[in-house]
Amino acid sequence: MNIVVLVKQVPDSGLARQLDAQLRVDRNGPNNVMGELDEYAVEAALQLKEAHGGEVTVLTLGPDQATETVRKTLAMGADKAVHISDEAAAGSDALATSKLLAAALGRLEWDLVIAGAESTDSGMGVMPHLLAARTGAAAATGARKIDVDGDTITVEHQRDNGYDVLTASLPAIVSVWDTINTPRYPSLKGIMAAKRKSVETLTAADLGVDPSEIGGDAAATEVLSATDRPERTAGQIVTDEGDGGRQLAAFLAAEKFI
Amino acid sequence: MADILVYVPESGKHAAEVLTLARSLGDVTAIAFDDQSTALASEYGAAKVYRVTADGVDDYFVEPKATILTDLARQAGPDAFLLPSTDEGKALAARLAVALDNGLLTDVTGLDAEGARQDIFAGATVTASKITKGFTLATVKAGATAAEPAPGEPAVEAVEVRVADADKRVRIAERVDEPAGDRPGLSEADVVVSGGRGVGSAEDFALIERVADALGGAVGASRAATDAGYYPHKFQVGQTGTTVSPQLYVAAGISGAIQHRAGMQTSKVIVAVNKDADAPIFGMADFGVVGDLFEVLPQVLEEAEKRK
Repeated sequence: MNIVVLVKQVPDSGLARQLDAQLRVDRNGPNNVMGELDEYAVEAALQLKEAHGGEVTVLTLGPDQATETVRKTLAMGADKAVHISDEAAAGSDALATSKLLAAALGRLEWDLVIAGAESTDSGMGVMPHLLAARTGAAAATGARKIDVDGDTITVEHQRDNGYDVLTASLPAIVSVWDTINTPRYPSLKGIMAAKRKSVETLTAADLGVDPSEIGGDAAATEVLSATDRPERTAGQIVTDEGDGGRQLAAFLAAEKFI
Repeated sequence: MADILVYVPESGKHAAEVLTLARSLGDVTAIAFDDQSTALASEYGAAKVYRVTADGVDDYFVEPKATILTDLARQAGPDAFLLPSTDEGKALAARLAVALDNGLLTDVTGLDAEGARQDIFAGATVTASKITKGFTLATVKAGATAAEPAPGEPAVEAVEVRVADADKRVRIAERVDEPAGDRPGLSEADVVVSGGRGVGSAEDFALIERVADALGGAVGASRAATDAGYYPHKFQVGQTGTTVSPQLYVAAGISGAIQHRAGMQTSKVIVAVNKDADAPIFGMADFGVVGDLFEVLPQVLEEAEKRK
């Protein structure tokens, strides 16, 4: 079974993040990491490969430095990678991004695509369904468990108060939450092996996507303004000396919560 | 007046909020797949309801509804189409965007002539955006607005549809409910009471549950608490879990790592209880108690009981 994993390099959410002068996510800083949920997608793919055989290909779209994220996935155990890197893609919205990724999927042989349920930066959570709509594959998203049996995939789709069992025939596109597994750390051997693995770099032209359909100018949405939210400031902090709970209750009562 | 389409799923409060927001923008036409949703649309001021009947629509994941919504959007030619920002709402919006080659905004927290507001970078920055291709297609985050009833008698138009075989790719074989008692859903709750590593064990989360029940709220947990197995993963509040924006957020035994703050910092009122006076959570709390949560919270329960 051949699996494609979608990963995205994002600014580290543990540090200050900002928009650039064009009101786009600033991706040029030094603090970029693999999207948090992407690691779970890579792990899910590796586990399925270990159980069913086949090959795991990582697919990403991003500037040249996204290679670091690609290398990490190869060190975890992915077999090869495709990196779409094109100046013209900067500022692409979700729709244009999905055009590029769908075009790349069209060149690859796959039975299953796995993505994180949402990215750590824009967090829209729409890419799997955008890609399913473009490729005609089944989409079973928000998984906390994936099973493949022959040509059939079964997914437990996580809900607020339970889960739905979804079944579909391959090819399929699934997305995963962090409830699905515990991602492995790259081993030293894996890190060494990653250096010899193939990373194919492609442009929009290579994929047959017209550059006028991607990038900031083609975006179907426009950010008009951005304002930093004033930081929350501390209110009243008391040290419990026997009646801290009563003081807290008095505050809650004054705010009409009790 | 602008024409606003709204997808109304059965779940109550969030859909009522979207209908309320839609009303502030124009004449609302609701799309309902059951009687409960139709009733909700009437209560929250829809001028018109498409009451859709489609055999088997609930047996398949997303695609049948996406096709039906696409056809209705084509027919109605709305100025805006709003859906709740849920997994389903986002999936439907994504498919509408591709089918209609239309821009798409998700997790909108406000919408008016100035554009659509969104919280980005875990609420650190607020943006205003607009769609430049097509109509305003947006999913609206829970808590974006307060639901206000405006009962009316909308014109109900019955729409009968046959689910196409092409939309039967993903079958919903089983629905398994794991109810959290009578507690409200985490993303919709007005009050969320969360426990962190400081709770110390799965058994002691019972105290967090009791406080949540006393305040009529949902129970949440920090990533440290879910990773330690104190509470199920799906109740995690934070960057990788659920983002909540309740009227009141109670953080007990939670230090306030950015991972967690990302999921709750747009809460209206935040209170915190933590042994560690230097915990970052105190920097954002409206009221904080430096102390042992097992001393402080029982006292709160006692006082809440007295004030009933």
